Amino acid sequence: MALLIQYTLIFASVLMLVALGGCFSEHSGIINIGLEGIMVIGAMGGALMMRYLPEGTSAPVMIVMVCLAAVLAGAVYSMLLAVAAINFNADQTIIGTAMNMLGTALATVVVKALNMAADPNNVSSTIEYVNQKKAFYFNIGSLELSWFMVIAVVLLIVSHVVLYKTRFGLRLCACGEHPQAADSVGINVYKMRYAGVLISGILGGLGGIVYITSGVSEWKFENGVAGFGFLALAVMIFGQWKPMNIALAAILFGLMRALSNVYVAFDFLAGLNIPGTVYNMLPYIISLVVLIFTSKKSRAPKAEGIPYDKGSR
Amino acid sequence: MKKNNLLRNSGLQSMLASVMCILVGLLVGYIALLIINAEGAWEAITTIIKNYFVYPTELAQMKYLGNTLVKTAPLLMCALSVLFANKAGLFNIGAAGQYVVGAGTCLYMALGLQLPWWACLLGAIVAGALLGALSGFLKTQFNVNEVISCIMFNWISLYCVNMLLAKVKETTSPYTLGLRANAPQALLPGMGLGEYFSNNQYVTIAIPLAIIVSIAIWVLLEKTKLGYELKATGNNKNAAKYAGMKENRNIILTMAIAGGLAGMAAALLYLTGFEQWSTSQASVPGMGFNGIAAAFLGGLHPIGSIFSSYFIQHITAGGAYVDKTLYCAQVSDFISSLIIYLCGFVLFMKVAMNRGLDKADEKRKAKKNEGGKK
Repeated sequence: MALLIQYTLIFASVLMLVALGGCFSEHSGIINIGLEGIMVIGAMGGALMMRYLPEGTSAPVMIVMVCLAAVLAGAVYSMLLAVAAINFNADQTIIGTAMNMLGTALATVVVKALNMAADPNNVSSTIEYVNQKKAFYFNIGSLELSWFMVIAVVLLIVSHVVLYKTRFGLRLCACGEHPQAADSVGINVYKMRYAGVLISGILGGLGGIVYITSGVSEWKFENGVAGFGFLALAVMIFGQWKPMNIALAAILFGLMRALSNVYVAFDFLAGLNIPGTVYNMLPYIISLVVLIFTSKKSRAPKAEGIPYDKGSR
Repeated sequence: MKKNNLLRNSGLQSMLASVMCILVGLLVGYIALLIINAEGAWEAITTIIKNYFVYPTELAQMKYLGNTLVKTAPLLMCALSVLFANKAGLFNIGAAGQYVVGAGTCLYMALGLQLPWWACLLGAIVAGALLGALSGFLKTQFNVNEVISCIMFNWISLYCVNMLLAKVKETTSPYTLGLRANAPQALLPGMGLGEYFSNNQYVTIAIPLAIIVSIAIWVLLEKTKLGYELKATGNNKNAAKYAGMKENRNIILTMAIAGGLAGMAAALLYLTGFEQWSTSQASVPGMGFNGIAAAFLGGLHPIGSIFSSYFIQHITAGGAYVDKTLYCAQVSDFISSLIIYLCGFVLFMKVAMNRGLDKADEKRKAKKNEGGKK
């Protein structure tokens, strides 16, 4: 049972962080399909930091440095989307798709090159962080919790406040709903959209490092992040673009992911004889059903996906 | 003046833009290689571009040209799927999932039900078409964005197909049973085409079939009433409706055809026995996503896609030949994903080109006027 709670919480943290990232980007009016790619790059940044930090680095320093590396990598990578979509009016779906492919390819190339440089016989795309990983975990009773969960909860509250209670957040939303109107009252739509994408890069990158340190202690970058970025998109939609709802959706979807990993441990679930694949599939099916019922009056930002053109009305 | 008019030609502009994307993509790839290891970089990038030409004998070259073509056929079909949907204003990111259900259906029909090849091929097309139509239906009836529903379907189909194909897999590995040994009736007929490629057994009617389909799609889009209606719906849904076109039916039909093409793509690959499906794969196969690349690189033109698909497959296969002690094969994935990224800028390049031409025209006119005054 402890294992189930543990997995649920960690997967929920990943999904929540990444979905919040997507939420900021979409509220500014940019669809970010490239979350999966951003996660991979963020994970790579964090994993490399873990590898190159000297042994014996104290836990707090480790956590801060790894988070910074992941955030920075994700933020820089997200600029690929921002520049293309905001300055060059590129189709956001193509750019996002390209970023997903590019993320995995780039991470594989970089990690393999570094591995080969360190040891000519090591041609794998794997980074190990068995000892470094321990810094992120602490115990409450029999529960092994991660500091990332704390960070995720803090960021959730911050996101909610920023999005609904601050001038910045409200302006951001205005740019996603009706950019021309926002511009007419003096808001710089381009800047706001850059901010939205940048935040999605930061949160996406952080989500990436949380994901690869959950449960496992090495990561093979050829595999990318196995669809978690897309699952986060589903969480964002199920949460109807609202931070608090996103948190609930993330817990639900995290629970299902966790079930697919540990359902064998529960007699009644194992007795049902449902293959683990079904639990993996459920989140996607649920979000589709939700979409069917909610899309007629969707809460999605109205102007998302449309390049901002000052001249149009 | 004449040269000017030629440059304004939209087709030529697309071609120039695609060439730009390729060149910039290769350049960035080369820079990446230089950073990894400066000495072997030039050799590596030429190896990627050469692909099978690295073999010294013509016999081997033809054989591996055959292999490249075997994988070009499904890529071309996926590209057609994406571009067909795009003409009607839909982004078929679900080509990947439709490809997956196509693969699942044809492999199960071949290995589980022992059906002949044409039945498996048809089954794959129908399965892909149904999934595509479902996305179209959700869009028209419930206003569900096709990009989002397609992404969900991609993963749902992957998990379903993995479960289905686990019934026909080898007992000791996650791969499905070999087609040549277990279901020879389901192999696509070679019609002696393999002989031209040093007896490459994987070269089948799939390759000419893919080219025929791309010509058919071009005819359908450019020369038929249906094609006209689909394009009109894509340009302006409301105007098309006002003109009496059934826009809902058209959207569903478009997605069905696009899905069918992607489903067929899978059959054209898996029914050659070239690859086996791994039932333990945890991510959606890249073929459908590469189709997006090929479609946009080909300027969203069915005939252009033939060349762009071949090019992408060519450099992807070329990646396998780089010196493995210095670089990894994924360098070519890196380059091809860069190229798709750059394809996002094609629209901007075209606008910039036209703006440049306008300026040149104005200057010339101004000069003429000045000359007239004197």
